[in-house]
This record gives sequence, structure tokens and C-alpha cells, in this order.
Amino acid sequence: MKDIAALLREHPFAQELGEDIVTLIAGCAKNAIFQKGDYLFREGAPADHFYLIRDGAVALETFAPGRGAFAFLTVKAGEILGADWLVSPYRSSFDARAVELTRAIAFDGKCLRGKCEADHHVGYEMMKRFIPPLVQRLRLARLQSLDA
Amino acid sequence: MSEPASINVAAPRPEPMAPRFLTVRRRIRESADVATLDIALDDADARKLACRPGQFNMLYAFGVGEIPVSVSGDPAILDRVTHTIRAVGAVSSALVKLKAGDSIGLRGPFGSRWPVEDAAGSDVVIIAGGIGLVPLRPVVYHLLRRRASYGRISLLCGARTLDDLLFRKELDRWRRTPDFQLRVTLDRADQRWAGDVGYVTNLLPKARVDLAETVAMICGPEIMIRATAQALEDVGVAPARIFVSLERNMKCAIGLCGHCQFGPHFLCKDGPVYRYDCVSDFLAVREL
Repeated sequence: MKDIAALLREHPFAQELGEDIVTLIAGCAKNAIFQKGDYLFREGAPADHFYLIRDGAVALETFAPGRGAFAFLTVKAGEILGADWLVSPYRSSFDARAVELTRAIAFDGKCLRGKCEADHHVGYEMMKRFIPPLVQRLRLARLQSLDA
Repeated sequence: MSEPASINVAAPRPEPMAPRFLTVRRRIRESADVATLDIALDDADARKLACRPGQFNMLYAFGVGEIPVSVSGDPAILDRVTHTIRAVGAVSSALVKLKAGDSIGLRGPFGSRWPVEDAAGSDVVIIAGGIGLVPLRPVVYHLLRRRASYGRISLLCGARTLDDLLFRKELDRWRRTPDFQLRVTLDRADQRWAGDVGYVTNLLPKARVDLAETVAMICGPEIMIRATAQALEDVGVAPARIFVSLERNMKCAIGLCGHCQFGPHFLCKDGPVYRYDCVSDFLAVREL
């Protein structure tokens, strides 16, 4: 059975990440499985974790009175789920619901923030992996809102 | 793929400004503001009005006005011409309300075509945003009729919501078609939808085609066209293998009035389908 570091190395997030850093951050990670319909986190709840999706898909949703929940993005295998752990007050902005059986690596946000604070090189490597998808999602969200 | 000899097949026709008076055979409600009209053609009209994928006709709602509308039907079916129209203005709203038996004016066909013949032997990725699926539907019909002539085919569709998704029964049928990949993504989805949610470019990594050897055809809002063409370039698709269908205010449809001028091009006559590298510079000019 593969350990968490081995699972991490298989994810695009760990590409070109030094072995020492993989081993270090693996200490903040655990394997996670979610059945279809399970929530990975809920809007307004503490953003304690982020996830590297290995298999499956997760819908990011919010809720409107009278309309129910609606999804605005699906996050799929190979992608990163969750950014609120990065920014105070570390509170989830949306619901995240597995739309199919989903396997992920779950990171303890507080643990990883501590390691980034202790070693800024580790923090920089994390930023290099978080900023591109966040910028891309912001760009696509703007296009979604502007398309007409 | 060799350089397309020409995607502009519109030959000069006698009396191009004179509409034919035809009859709506059937109206299909596609969504709250979109309808498809099947317009009946007799044998003589069928020969004269045969359309190629990507071309358009000028449709005339009597007493209201005339607008360009892309052909959305199967180009191999000659006893009717099919148009899908979204009600956005006075003329389109009048056209959407037409019923079976009503009269309609039609001039055409006009404009350039999708390079379906030139794409033979290649993988093909078709990318549609919203109503942009309309001029691409004839491409799908064409490719499926000649399935053995093409490599892998992928249709990537984006729509605002499930209720805005066009041709849903047909999409379900295509989803079950062997050797044909369909992926649909919605901007926002309720509990009825378990598929992808997000911008249409998010589907590109899922396309089962060799992006370096594929021909791409894109239609949708111009913001989406620019973003999608850029995303295709980013993953290695040569600009000369990307084709886009553009939209401007067309009036005469024969390159005389100048309403649809786009740099050195008249979209009605030289377009609406262009090779991306022929227009990419002009797409960045805000005054156009």
C-alpha cells in the first residue's frame, strides 16, 4: 500500500517539488475518500483543510433562498480544491460536494501554514502551486460573468 | 492539414437582394427564448438554397425586418432549411413566434463555410458556447455522416444553465454515439445536473483528441472565442488549424453596404467563418 508521500508524488501538485519538501508536507496530509453526495466542506465552516483531488469530481456550490443549491465550478482529478485555508479568517466561502466517488489527499491547513511560516522556501513553493490555478479560476469566472 | 484552398464558397447569385417567399413547416421550442424553424423547400428551391455548414441566410419577418441567421440543420437534407433563432430584438422575436404554415422571406445562402472537407484525416474538436452551437450543428451532422473520414471527434459545449442548453435530445443521442466524444459544461447548475460546471475552456484537457494534430472549430460569444482560441494555442494547436465564426451587424449580406466591415474583411461575404490566424490581429482591435 502506498504511503501518503507516494500518493502525493503522483499528483500534478508535486511535480518539480523537491523530495525534502514532499516528505515535509506529507506530514500534514492524509488520504481521504468521499462518497457521492458527501460534503468536503460547508459554507461558513472553518476552512481547516484543502484537498488535492486524485479521482472523481467535486462541485463548488452556494445556496440561494427559493432556488436551492447551485454549482458554479467542478473541480476534477489533478486539481486543487480549497483556498480559504490560506487567508484569515480561514472560513469556507462555499459548499464542496462530491458529485461522484472522490479520492483526495486532505491537507491540514494550520499544519501547512506553520511549516510555510517556519521555512519560507516551502511557503514559496506552495504559493507557486496555488497562485496559477487561483488566477486561472478568477480569469474564467470573469469570462463567465462577462460572456454575452 | 494542408492549407484550406478556400472556405469561401459563396458564388455570385442573380438577384441576391430578392427574398424568396417560403413557408414554415415546423417550429420547435428549444428554450425560453430560442426556437428552431424548419422551412419547406420544393425541388427547385432545394437546389438553389443548398447550404454548407457555417453559411447563413437572411431571414425576413414580414413587416418587421431582416436579419442574418446561421443554418442549423443537416446539410444533406434538401427538402427543408433549418434555422435556430434566439429572440433578442424585434426581428428575431418575430421570427421565433412564427408557426407552421406562416410565411417567411429568405435570401441566401451566404458566407464562408467550416473547413469540413479540409479536416478529413485529422482529429476535430468543436467548441461551442451557448447559441454558438447553432452554426456548428451542421458540422456535427457532416462529420457523423462521413465518420470514417475523420480521426477522433470531440464536441465541447458550454451553456449558462441546463435550461439554456440547446438541442438536449440530440446531445443525448450524440453522447451515446460510438467514436464521438461529447462534453458539456454549465456556468451554473442546480441539482438536476451532475456534469461539469465551469467555463468551456476547462473541458479542453478532457478532449480525447491529439491537440497538436487537430482541427478546431469555435463559435460563441466573441469573448469566449478569443479565450478559447488562446487556450488552444497554449496547448499547442497551431493558429492555422483553428477556425472561428464571427458576428457583426450584417445588412446586405453581399459585401456592399459595409455594415459588417471588420478590418479589410466584410463578414457577410468573406466570413463568417475565418481561419483564426487571418483575423486574430483584428480581434484585438477595440475599434472594430
